[in-house]
Amino acid sequence: MRVNVTVNGVPRRADDVWEGESLLFVLRERLGLPGAKNACEQGECGSCTVYLDGVPVCACLVAAGQAEGREVRTVEGLADGGALDPVQEAFIEAGAVQCGFCTPGLVVAAHDLLARVPDPSDPEIREALAGNLCRCTGYEKILDAVRLAARRARS
Amino acid sequence: MDFLRPATLAEALALKAERPGAVPIAGGTDVMVELNFDHRRPDALLDLTGIAELRDWSAVPGAVRLGAGVPYRRVIDELGGRLPALATASRSVGSPQIRNRGTVGGNLGAASPAGDAHPVLLATGAVVEAVSTRGTRMIPATDFYLGVKRNALAPDELIAAVHVPETGAPQQFAKVGTRNAMVIAVCSFAIALHPATGRVGAALGSAAPTPRRATAAEDFLADELGAGDQWESPTPLPDSTRRRFGELVAAAASPVDDVRGTAAYRRHALSVLARRTLDWAWQGYTGRGRPCA
Ligand SMILES: Cc1cc2nc3c(=O)[nH]c(=O)nc-3n(C[C@H](O)[C@H](O)[C@H](O)COP(=O)(O)OP(=O)(O)OC[C@H]3O[C@@H](n4cnc5c(N)ncnc54)[C@H](O)[C@@H]3O)c2cc1C
Ligand code: FES
Ligand code: FES
Repeated sequence: MRVNVTVNGVPRRADDVWEGESLLFVLRERLGLPGAKNACEQGECGSCTVYLDGVPVCACLVAAGQAEGREVRTVEGLADGGALDPVQEAFIEAGAVQCGFCTPGLVVAAHDLLARVPDPSDPEIREALAGNLCRCTGYEKILDAVRLAARRARS
Repeated sequence: MDFLRPATLAEALALKAERPGAVPIAGGTDVMVELNFDHRRPDALLDLTGIAELRDWSAVPGAVRLGAGVPYRRVIDELGGRLPALATASRSVGSPQIRNRGTVGGNLGAASPAGDAHPVLLATGAVVEAVSTRGTRMIPATDFYLGVKRNALAPDELIAAVHVPETGAPQQFAKVGTRNAMVIAVCSFAIALHPATGRVGAALGSAAPTPRRATAAEDFLADELGAGDQWESPTPLPDSTRRRFGELVAAAASPVDDVRGTAAYRRHALSVLARRTLDWAWQGYTGRGRPCA
Protein backbone atom coordinates (compact mmCIF):
# COMPACT_ATOMS: atom_id res chain seq x y z
CA MET A 1 0.00 0.00 0.00
CA ARG A 2 0.95 3.64 -0.25
CA VAL A 3 1.42 5.80 2.83
CA ASN A 4 1.44 9.59 2.76
CA VAL A 5 2.88 11.20 5.84
CA THR A 6 4.42 14.55 6.66
CA VAL A 7 7.85 13.97 8.14
CA ASN A 8 9.77 16.82 9.71
CA GLY A 9 7.55 19.29 7.87
CA VAL A 10 7.95 17.69 4.44
CA PRO A 11 5.13 15.67 2.80
CA ARG A 12 6.54 12.23 2.01
CA ARG A 13 5.22 9.19 0.23
CA ALA A 14 6.17 5.58 0.78
CA ASP A 15 5.18 2.91 -1.72
CA ASP A 16 4.91 -0.86 -1.48
CA VAL A 17 4.45 -0.67 2.26
CA TRP A 18 3.42 -4.00 3.76
CA GLU A 19 0.13 -3.59 5.68
CA GLY A 20 1.59 -5.01 8.89
CA GLU A 21 4.69 -2.85 8.77
CA SER A 22 5.60 -0.36 11.49
CA LEU A 23 6.09 3.36 11.14
CA LEU A 24 9.65 2.74 12.33
CA PHE A 25 10.35 0.49 9.35
CA VAL A 26 8.90 3.06 6.97
CA LEU A 27 11.02 5.85 8.43
CA ARG A 28 14.25 3.89 8.45
CA GLU A 29 14.02 1.62 5.44
CA ARG A 30 11.77 3.50 3.04
CA LEU A 31 12.32 7.16 3.82
CA GLY A 32 16.01 7.03 4.66
CA LEU A 33 15.69 8.42 8.16
CA PRO A 34 17.78 6.14 10.39
CA GLY A 35 17.71 8.48 13.43
CA ALA A 36 15.01 6.56 15.25
CA LYS A 37 16.63 3.25 16.18
CA ASN A 38 15.27 -0.26 15.98
CA ALA A 39 16.20 -2.32 19.01
CA CYS A 40 13.43 -4.25 20.69
CA GLU A 41 10.41 -3.77 18.41
CA GLN A 42 8.18 -4.21 21.43
CA GLY A 43 7.91 -0.81 23.07
CA GLU A 44 10.33 -1.62 25.85
CA CYS A 45 13.39 0.46 25.00
CA GLY A 46 12.18 3.79 23.59
CA SER A 47 15.04 4.04 21.09
CA CYS A 48 12.46 4.46 18.29
CA THR A 49 10.68 7.39 19.99
CA VAL A 50 9.29 9.97 17.54
CA TYR A 51 6.56 12.59 17.73
CA LEU A 52 3.29 11.57 16.08
CA ASP A 53 1.05 14.63 15.81
CA GLY A 54 3.15 16.20 18.55
CA VAL A 55 2.94 13.25 20.94
CA PRO A 56 5.96 11.03 21.69
CA VAL A 57 5.30 7.42 20.75
CA CYS A 58 7.25 4.27 20.00
CA ALA A 59 7.41 4.20 16.19
CA CYS A 60 7.80 0.42 16.33
CA LEU A 61 4.25 0.14 17.73
CA VAL A 62 2.54 2.42 15.22
CA ALA A 63 1.26 0.64 12.13
CA ALA A 64 2.47 2.42 9.01
CA GLY A 65 -1.10 2.90 7.82
CA GLN A 66 -1.97 4.66 11.07
CA ALA A 67 0.45 7.44 10.14
CA GLU A 68 -1.41 8.17 6.90
CA GLY A 69 -2.10 11.90 6.71
CA ARG A 70 -0.38 12.60 10.01
CA GLU A 71 2.65 14.59 11.12
CA VAL A 72 5.78 12.83 12.28
CA ARG A 73 8.80 14.55 13.75
CA THR A 74 11.93 12.51 14.22
CA VAL A 75 15.23 13.32 15.88
CA GLU A 76 16.44 14.49 12.46
CA GLY A 77 13.77 17.19 12.60
CA LEU A 78 14.85 18.73 15.89
CA ALA A 79 17.96 20.51 14.62
CA ASP A 80 17.32 23.81 12.90
CA GLY A 81 19.45 23.66 9.78
CA GLY A 82 23.02 23.34 10.98
CA ALA A 83 22.22 24.32 14.57
CA LEU A 84 21.55 21.50 16.99
CA ASP A 85 18.58 21.69 19.31
CA PRO A 86 19.59 22.80 22.84
CA VAL A 87 18.69 19.34 24.13
CA GLN A 88 21.10 17.76 21.64
CA GLU A 89 23.82 20.24 22.61
CA ALA A 90 23.30 19.47 26.28
CA PHE A 91 23.60 15.71 25.65
CA ILE A 92 26.97 16.27 23.99
CA GLU A 93 28.27 18.66 26.60
CA ALA A 94 27.17 16.58 29.55
CA GLY A 95 28.77 13.45 28.10
CA ALA A 96 25.40 11.75 27.99
CA VAL A 97 26.27 9.86 24.80
CA GLN A 98 28.28 6.65 24.94
CA CYS A 99 27.53 4.27 22.07
CA GLY A 100 24.68 6.60 21.13
CA PHE A 101 22.12 3.97 20.28
CA CYS A 102 19.60 5.18 22.86
CA THR A 103 20.34 8.85 22.26
CA PRO A 104 17.81 9.75 19.53
CA GLY A 105 14.93 8.35 21.55
CA LEU A 106 16.12 9.98 24.74
CA VAL A 107 16.58 13.31 22.99
CA VAL A 108 13.00 13.24 21.68
CA ALA A 109 11.62 12.21 25.09
CA ALA A 110 13.65 14.95 26.85
CA HIS A 111 12.66 17.50 24.20
CA ASP A 112 8.99 16.72 24.85
CA LEU A 113 9.44 16.94 28.63
CA LEU A 114 11.08 20.36 28.46
CA ALA A 115 8.41 21.66 26.10
CA ARG A 116 5.75 20.69 28.66
CA VAL A 117 7.67 21.26 31.91
CA PRO A 118 10.39 23.91 31.58
CA ASP A 119 11.74 23.36 35.09
CA PRO A 120 11.35 19.65 35.79
CA SER A 121 12.19 18.09 39.14
CA ASP A 122 14.42 15.01 39.21
CA PRO A 123 11.45 12.68 39.73
CA GLU A 124 9.73 14.33 36.76
CA ILE A 125 12.80 13.75 34.59
CA ARG A 126 13.03 10.13 35.67
CA GLU A 127 9.35 9.58 35.02
CA ALA A 128 9.54 11.20 31.57
CA LEU A 129 12.50 9.02 30.58
CA ALA A 130 11.18 5.81 32.16
CA GLY A 131 10.41 4.37 28.73
CA ASN A 132 13.96 4.81 27.41
CA LEU A 133 16.66 2.29 28.15
CA CYS A 134 20.39 2.93 27.91
CA ARG A 135 22.51 -0.22 27.71
CA CYS A 136 25.65 1.74 28.48
CA THR A 137 24.03 2.85 31.75
CA GLY A 138 24.79 6.48 31.25
CA TYR A 139 21.71 7.55 33.19
CA GLU A 140 23.46 9.98 35.54
CA LYS A 141 24.94 11.90 32.63
CA ILE A 142 21.61 11.77 30.85
CA LEU A 143 19.93 13.37 33.87
CA ASP A 144 22.73 15.97 33.89
CA ALA A 145 22.03 16.71 30.24
CA VAL A 146 18.33 17.27 30.81
CA ARG A 147 19.02 19.52 33.81
CA LEU A 148 21.55 21.46 31.74
CA ALA A 149 19.15 21.92 28.83
CA ALA A 150 16.42 23.07 31.22
CA ARG A 151 18.75 25.56 32.93
CA ARG A 152 19.89 27.01 29.61
CA ALA A 153 16.34 27.35 28.29
CA ARG A 154 15.35 29.27 31.41
CA SER A 155 18.24 31.71 31.37
CA MET B 1 -3.02 -8.45 4.43
CA ASP B 2 -5.45 -5.55 4.07
CA PHE B 3 -5.31 -2.33 6.01
CA LEU B 4 -8.82 -1.02 6.58
CA ARG B 5 -9.27 2.58 7.64
CA PRO B 6 -12.91 3.27 8.49
CA ALA B 7 -13.71 6.94 9.14
CA THR B 8 -16.82 6.30 11.21
CA LEU B 9 -17.98 3.71 13.70
CA ALA B 10 -20.81 2.66 11.37
CA GLU B 11 -18.29 1.99 8.63
CA ALA B 12 -16.09 0.03 11.03
CA LEU B 13 -19.02 -2.13 12.12
CA ALA B 14 -19.99 -2.87 8.54
CA LEU B 15 -16.40 -3.91 7.80
CA LYS B 16 -16.22 -6.06 10.94
CA ALA B 17 -19.51 -7.78 10.04
CA GLU B 18 -18.21 -8.50 6.57
CA ARG B 19 -14.76 -9.60 7.76
CA PRO B 20 -14.98 -10.91 11.31
CA GLY B 21 -11.33 -12.02 11.05
CA ALA B 22 -10.10 -8.43 10.72
CA VAL B 23 -8.09 -7.50 13.81
CA PRO B 24 -8.94 -4.10 15.31
CA ILE B 25 -5.94 -1.93 16.06
CA ALA B 26 -6.17 1.10 18.36
CA GLY B 27 -2.97 2.18 20.14
CA GLY B 28 -1.26 -0.87 18.69
CA THR B 29 0.75 -1.50 21.85
CA ASP B 30 -0.41 -5.11 21.96
CA VAL B 31 -1.21 -5.75 18.29
CA MET B 32 2.05 -4.39 16.87
CA VAL B 33 4.17 -6.48 19.22
CA GLU B 34 2.39 -9.56 17.88
CA LEU B 35 2.90 -8.47 14.28
CA ASN B 36 6.55 -7.49 14.76
CA PHE B 37 7.30 -10.90 16.24
CA ASP B 38 5.28 -12.84 13.71
CA HIS B 39 2.95 -14.16 16.37
CA ARG B 40 -0.02 -13.07 14.37
CA ARG B 41 -0.74 -12.73 10.64
CA PRO B 42 -4.35 -11.59 10.36
CA ASP B 43 -5.69 -11.16 6.86
CA ALA B 44 -6.74 -7.61 7.71
CA LEU B 45 -6.07 -4.87 10.23
CA LEU B 46 -8.99 -2.61 11.12
CA ASP B 47 -7.54 0.74 12.17
CA LEU B 48 -9.77 2.43 14.74
CA THR B 49 -7.69 5.58 15.22
CA GLY B 50 -9.50 7.49 12.49
CA ILE B 51 -12.88 7.16 14.23
CA ALA B 52 -13.77 10.33 16.12
CA GLU B 53 -16.63 8.67 18.05
CA LEU B 54 -14.17 6.42 19.89
CA ARG B 55 -11.80 9.18 20.93
CA ASP B 56 -13.84 11.02 23.53
CA TRP B 57 -15.34 10.60 26.95
CA SER B 58 -18.50 12.14 28.30
CA ALA B 59 -20.32 12.32 31.62
CA VAL B 60 -23.52 10.27 31.61
CA PRO B 61 -25.80 9.93 34.68
CA GLY B 62 -23.69 8.39 37.46
CA ALA B 63 -20.84 7.35 35.20
CA VAL B 64 -18.23 8.32 32.68
CA ARG B 65 -18.72 6.90 29.22
CA LEU B 66 -15.12 6.40 28.22
CA GLY B 67 -14.62 5.97 24.48
CA ALA B 68 -12.64 2.84 23.66
CA GLY B 69 -9.95 4.89 21.92
CA VAL B 70 -9.12 7.33 24.73
CA PRO B 71 -5.46 6.83 25.61
CA TYR B 72 -4.23 6.37 29.20
CA ARG B 73 -2.55 9.78 29.00
CA ARG B 74 -5.94 11.47 28.82
CA VAL B 75 -7.49 9.31 31.53
CA ILE B 76 -4.67 10.52 33.77
CA ASP B 77 -4.88 14.17 32.73
CA GLU B 78 -8.65 14.56 32.53
CA LEU B 79 -10.32 11.92 34.71
CA GLY B 80 -8.26 11.81 37.92
CA GLY B 81 -11.09 13.48 39.83
CA ARG B 82 -14.02 11.47 38.46
CA LEU B 83 -12.34 8.06 38.14
CA PRO B 84 -9.48 8.10 40.65
CA ALA B 85 -8.69 4.37 40.65
CA LEU B 86 -8.71 4.10 36.85
CA ALA B 87 -6.39 7.12 36.70
CA THR B 88 -4.06 5.49 39.24
CA ALA B 89 -4.01 2.26 37.26
CA SER B 90 -3.38 4.22 34.06
CA ARG B 91 -0.39 5.99 35.63
CA SER B 92 1.16 2.58 36.27
CA VAL B 93 0.89 1.35 32.67
CA GLY B 94 4.15 0.94 30.75
CA SER B 95 5.97 4.17 30.00
CA PRO B 96 4.95 7.65 28.82
CA GLN B 97 5.18 6.48 25.20
CA ILE B 98 2.91 3.50 25.92
CA ARG B 99 0.43 5.66 27.87
CA ASN B 100 0.30 8.14 24.99
CA ARG B 101 -0.95 5.39 22.66
CA GLY B 102 -2.44 2.57 24.72
CA THR B 103 -6.17 2.61 25.45
CA VAL B 104 -8.58 1.08 27.94
CA GLY B 105 -10.49 -0.31 24.94
CA GLY B 106 -7.32 -2.10 23.86
CA ASN B 107 -6.77 -3.41 27.38
CA LEU B 108 -10.29 -4.88 27.26
CA GLY B 109 -9.74 -6.23 23.74
CA ALA B 110 -6.54 -7.98 24.79
CA ALA B 111 -8.17 -9.20 28.04
CA SER B 112 -4.82 -10.16 29.51
CA PRO B 113 -5.13 -11.35 33.11
CA ALA B 114 -2.41 -8.77 33.88
CA GLY B 115 -4.16 -5.78 32.27
CA ASP B 116 -4.13 -2.94 34.77
CA ALA B 117 -7.54 -1.46 33.97
CA HIS B 118 -9.40 -4.69 34.70
CA PRO B 119 -9.38 -4.83 38.52
CA VAL B 120 -10.63 -1.24 38.59
CA LEU B 121 -13.38 -1.91 36.05
CA LEU B 122 -14.51 -4.93 38.09
CA ALA B 123 -14.37 -3.18 41.47
CA THR B 124 -16.23 -0.09 40.30
CA GLY B 125 -18.89 -2.07 38.45
CA ALA B 126 -18.07 -0.86 34.95
CA VAL B 127 -20.08 -1.97 31.91
CA VAL B 128 -18.64 -2.58 28.44
CA GLU B 129 -20.62 -1.15 25.53
CA ALA B 130 -20.20 -3.67 22.71
CA VAL B 131 -21.57 -2.70 19.32
CA SER B 132 -22.17 -4.42 16.00
CA THR B 133 -24.43 -3.93 13.02
CA ARG B 134 -26.90 -6.04 15.02
CA GLY B 135 -27.11 -3.48 17.82
CA THR B 136 -25.61 -2.69 21.21
CA ARG B 137 -24.94 -5.05 24.11
CA MET B 138 -24.13 -3.73 27.57
CA ILE B 139 -21.79 -6.32 29.13
CA PRO B 140 -20.95 -5.93 32.84
CA ALA B 141 -17.19 -6.20 33.39
CA THR B 142 -17.96 -9.15 35.66
CA ASP B 143 -19.20 -11.10 32.64
CA PHE B 144 -16.60 -9.84 30.17
CA TYR B 145 -13.45 -11.84 30.96
CA LEU B 146 -13.93 -15.45 29.87
CA GLY B 147 -10.46 -16.97 29.91
CA VAL B 148 -6.78 -16.20 29.39
CA LYS B 149 -6.87 -13.40 26.80
CA ARG B 150 -10.46 -14.27 25.94
CA ASN B 151 -13.37 -11.88 26.28
CA ALA B 152 -17.10 -11.90 25.66
CA LEU B 153 -17.04 -10.02 22.34
CA ALA B 154 -18.67 -11.71 19.37
CA PRO B 155 -16.55 -11.82 16.17
CA ASP B 156 -18.55 -8.99 14.59
CA GLU B 157 -18.47 -6.75 17.67
CA LEU B 158 -16.31 -3.80 18.61
CA ILE B 159 -16.00 -2.04 21.93
CA ALA B 160 -17.45 1.45 21.56
CA ALA B 161 -16.93 2.53 25.15
CA VAL B 162 -16.79 1.43 28.73
CA HIS B 163 -19.14 3.00 31.26
CA VAL B 164 -17.27 3.50 34.52
CA PRO B 165 -19.41 4.50 37.52
CA GLU B 166 -18.50 7.71 39.27
CA THR B 167 -18.84 6.44 42.80
CA GLY B 168 -17.98 9.71 44.55
CA ALA B 169 -16.36 7.59 47.26
CA PRO B 170 -12.81 6.39 47.90
CA GLN B 171 -11.39 3.82 45.49
CA GLN B 172 -7.85 2.57 45.15
CA PHE B 173 -5.63 0.53 42.83
CA ALA B 174 -2.23 -0.94 43.64
CA LYS B 175 0.12 -3.19 41.77
CA VAL B 176 3.25 -5.16 42.59
CA GLY B 177 6.01 -5.24 39.99
CA THR B 178 9.68 -5.94 39.86
CA ARG B 179 10.51 -2.26 39.53
CA ASN B 180 8.72 1.07 39.45
CA ALA B 181 8.41 1.70 35.72
CA MET B 182 7.45 -0.40 32.74
CA VAL B 183 6.26 -3.46 34.57
CA ILE B 184 3.60 -6.00 33.93
CA ALA B 185 1.90 -6.64 37.25
CA VAL B 186 3.05 -9.59 39.35
CA CYS B 187 -0.32 -9.06 40.94
CA SER B 188 -2.69 -6.11 41.24
CA PHE B 189 -5.74 -5.18 43.23
CA ALA B 190 -8.50 -2.58 43.24
CA ILE B 191 -11.06 -1.65 45.87
CA ALA B 192 -14.04 0.67 45.52
CA LEU B 193 -16.39 1.69 48.32
CA HIS B 194 -20.03 2.05 47.32
CA PRO B 195 -21.63 3.77 50.34
CA ALA B 196 -24.84 4.54 48.45
CA THR B 197 -25.62 0.82 48.13
CA GLY B 198 -23.64 -0.39 51.14
CA ARG B 199 -21.47 -2.49 48.87
CA VAL B 200 -17.75 -2.95 48.41
CA GLY B 201 -16.04 -3.81 45.11
CA ALA B 202 -12.80 -5.79 45.28
CA ALA B 203 -10.98 -7.34 42.33
CA LEU B 204 -7.59 -8.77 41.53
CA GLY B 205 -5.37 -9.04 38.49
CA SER B 206 -2.46 -11.21 37.39
CA ALA B 207 -3.29 -13.93 39.88
CA ALA B 208 -5.83 -16.09 38.03
CA PRO B 209 -6.58 -17.01 34.39
CA THR B 210 -8.73 -13.88 34.20
CA PRO B 211 -9.03 -10.71 36.20
CA ARG B 212 -11.67 -11.52 38.81
CA ARG B 213 -13.69 -10.19 41.70
CA ALA B 214 -13.04 -11.38 45.21
CA THR B 215 -16.72 -11.77 46.03
CA ALA B 216 -16.32 -13.42 49.45
CA ALA B 217 -14.08 -10.51 50.48
CA GLU B 218 -16.59 -8.01 49.10
CA ASP B 219 -19.48 -9.60 51.03
CA PHE B 220 -17.48 -9.95 54.22
CA LEU B 221 -16.45 -6.31 54.27
CA ALA B 222 -19.91 -5.05 53.29
CA ASP B 223 -21.41 -7.06 56.17
CA GLU B 224 -18.84 -5.75 58.65
CA LEU B 225 -19.40 -2.18 57.57
CA GLY B 226 -23.18 -2.53 57.54
CA ALA B 227 -23.39 -4.25 60.93
CA GLY B 228 -21.23 -1.67 62.67
CA ASP B 229 -23.16 1.26 61.15
CA GLN B 230 -19.79 2.21 59.72
CA TRP B 231 -21.17 3.90 56.62
CA GLU B 232 -22.99 6.43 58.80
CA SER B 233 -20.45 6.88 61.57
CA PRO B 234 -17.13 5.52 60.35
CA THR B 235 -14.49 4.55 62.88
CA PRO B 236 -11.09 2.92 62.34
CA LEU B 237 -11.46 -0.71 61.29
CA PRO B 238 -10.37 -3.43 63.72
CA ASP B 239 -7.24 -5.38 62.78
CA SER B 240 -9.25 -8.59 62.59
CA THR B 241 -11.42 -7.08 59.83
CA ARG B 242 -8.48 -5.79 57.83
CA ARG B 243 -6.66 -9.12 58.11
CA ARG B 244 -9.67 -11.21 57.23
CA PHE B 245 -10.35 -9.04 54.21
CA GLY B 246 -6.76 -9.62 53.03
CA GLU B 247 -7.07 -13.38 53.56
CA LEU B 248 -10.30 -13.57 51.60
CA VAL B 249 -8.80 -11.61 48.70
CA ALA B 250 -5.79 -13.94 48.62
CA ALA B 251 -8.14 -16.95 48.73
CA ALA B 252 -9.98 -15.66 45.66
CA ALA B 253 -6.83 -15.95 43.54
CA SER B 254 -5.71 -19.04 41.64
CA PRO B 255 -2.18 -17.94 40.83
CA VAL B 256 0.54 -19.84 39.04
CA ASP B 257 4.31 -19.88 39.40
CA ASP B 258 5.91 -18.02 36.51
CA VAL B 259 8.91 -15.84 35.69
CA ARG B 260 7.34 -12.87 37.44
CA GLY B 261 6.65 -14.56 40.75
CA THR B 262 5.53 -17.69 42.55
CA ALA B 263 1.93 -18.51 43.37
CA ALA B 264 2.68 -18.29 47.08
CA TYR B 265 4.25 -14.87 46.70
CA ARG B 266 1.29 -13.63 44.69
CA ARG B 267 -1.16 -14.78 47.38
CA HIS B 268 0.88 -13.12 50.08
CA ALA B 269 1.33 -9.90 48.11
CA LEU B 270 -2.40 -9.77 47.34
CA SER B 271 -3.32 -9.97 51.01
CA VAL B 272 -0.92 -7.09 51.69
CA LEU B 273 -2.26 -5.01 48.78
CA ALA B 274 -5.84 -5.66 49.90
CA ARG B 275 -5.20 -4.55 53.47
CA ARG B 276 -3.18 -1.55 52.37
CA THR B 277 -5.66 -0.26 49.80
CA LEU B 278 -8.51 -0.86 52.28
CA ASP B 279 -6.62 1.30 54.79
CA TRP B 280 -6.15 4.09 52.24
CA ALA B 281 -9.77 3.93 51.13
CA TRP B 282 -11.11 3.79 54.66
CA GLN B 283 -8.92 6.68 55.78
CA GLY B 284 -10.35 8.63 52.87
CA TYR B 285 -13.89 7.72 53.93
CA THR B 286 -13.48 8.52 57.64
CA GLY B 287 -11.53 11.69 56.85
CA ARG B 288 -14.29 12.92 54.62
CA GLY B 289 -16.93 12.38 57.29
CA ARG B 290 -15.01 14.32 59.92
CA PRO B 291 -16.21 17.89 60.46
CA CYS B 292 -13.63 20.63 59.95
CA ALA B 293 -11.85 21.58 63.17
C1 LIG C 1 6.27 -1.87 26.62
C2 LIG C 1 4.86 -2.20 27.00
C3 LIG C 1 4.45 -2.06 28.32
C4 LIG C 1 3.16 -2.35 28.68
N1 LIG C 1 2.80 -2.20 29.98
C5 LIG C 1 1.53 -2.47 30.36
C6 LIG C 1 1.14 -2.29 31.71
O1 LIG C 1 1.91 -1.86 32.57
N2 LIG C 1 -0.16 -2.59 32.03
C7 LIG C 1 -1.06 -3.03 31.11
O2 LIG C 1 -2.21 -3.27 31.46
N3 LIG C 1 -0.70 -3.22 29.82
C8 LIG C 1 0.57 -2.95 29.43
N4 LIG C 1 0.93 -3.14 28.13
C9 LIG C 1 -0.03 -3.71 27.19
C10 LIG C 1 -0.85 -2.67 26.39
O3 LIG C 1 -0.20 -1.42 26.37
C11 LIG C 1 -2.24 -2.48 26.98
O4 LIG C 1 -2.95 -3.69 26.98
C12 LIG C 1 -3.06 -1.42 26.22
O5 LIG C 1 -4.20 -1.10 26.97
C13 LIG C 1 -3.48 -1.86 24.83
O6 LIG C 1 -4.18 -0.79 24.23
P1 LIG C 1 -3.96 -0.45 22.67
O7 LIG C 1 -4.93 0.63 22.36
O8 LIG C 1 -2.55 -0.20 22.39
O9 LIG C 1 -4.44 -1.83 22.05
P2 LIG C 1 -4.15 -2.52 20.64
O10 LIG C 1 -2.81 -3.14 20.62
O11 LIG C 1 -4.52 -1.61 19.53
O12 LIG C 1 -5.26 -3.66 20.73
C14 LIG C 1 -5.22 -4.64 21.77
C15 LIG C 1 -6.30 -5.69 21.54
O13 LIG C 1 -7.60 -5.13 21.66
C16 LIG C 1 -8.31 -5.21 20.44
N5 LIG C 1 -9.03 -3.95 20.35
C17 LIG C 1 -8.53 -2.69 20.45
N6 LIG C 1 -9.51 -1.78 20.42
C18 LIG C 1 -10.69 -2.47 20.28
C19 LIG C 1 -12.05 -2.09 20.18
N7 LIG C 1 -12.45 -0.80 20.25
N8 LIG C 1 -12.99 -3.06 20.06
C20 LIG C 1 -12.61 -4.36 20.02
N9 LIG C 1 -11.34 -4.79 20.11
C21 LIG C 1 -10.38 -3.85 20.24
C22 LIG C 1 -7.27 -5.46 19.36
O14 LIG C 1 -7.78 -6.16 18.28
C23 LIG C 1 -6.27 -6.29 20.15
O15 LIG C 1 -6.68 -7.64 20.23
C24 LIG C 1 2.23 -2.82 27.72
C25 LIG C 1 2.63 -2.95 26.38
C26 LIG C 1 3.93 -2.64 26.02
C27 LIG C 1 4.35 -2.77 24.60
S1 FES D 1 12.43 -0.38 19.18
FE1 FES D 1 10.58 0.62 19.67
S2 FES D 1 10.63 0.66 21.81
FE2 FES D 1 12.39 -0.53 21.34
S1 FES E 1 24.70 5.31 25.11
FE1 FES E 1 24.74 3.24 24.54
S2 FES E 1 22.73 2.62 24.87
FE2 FES E 1 22.76 4.56 25.75
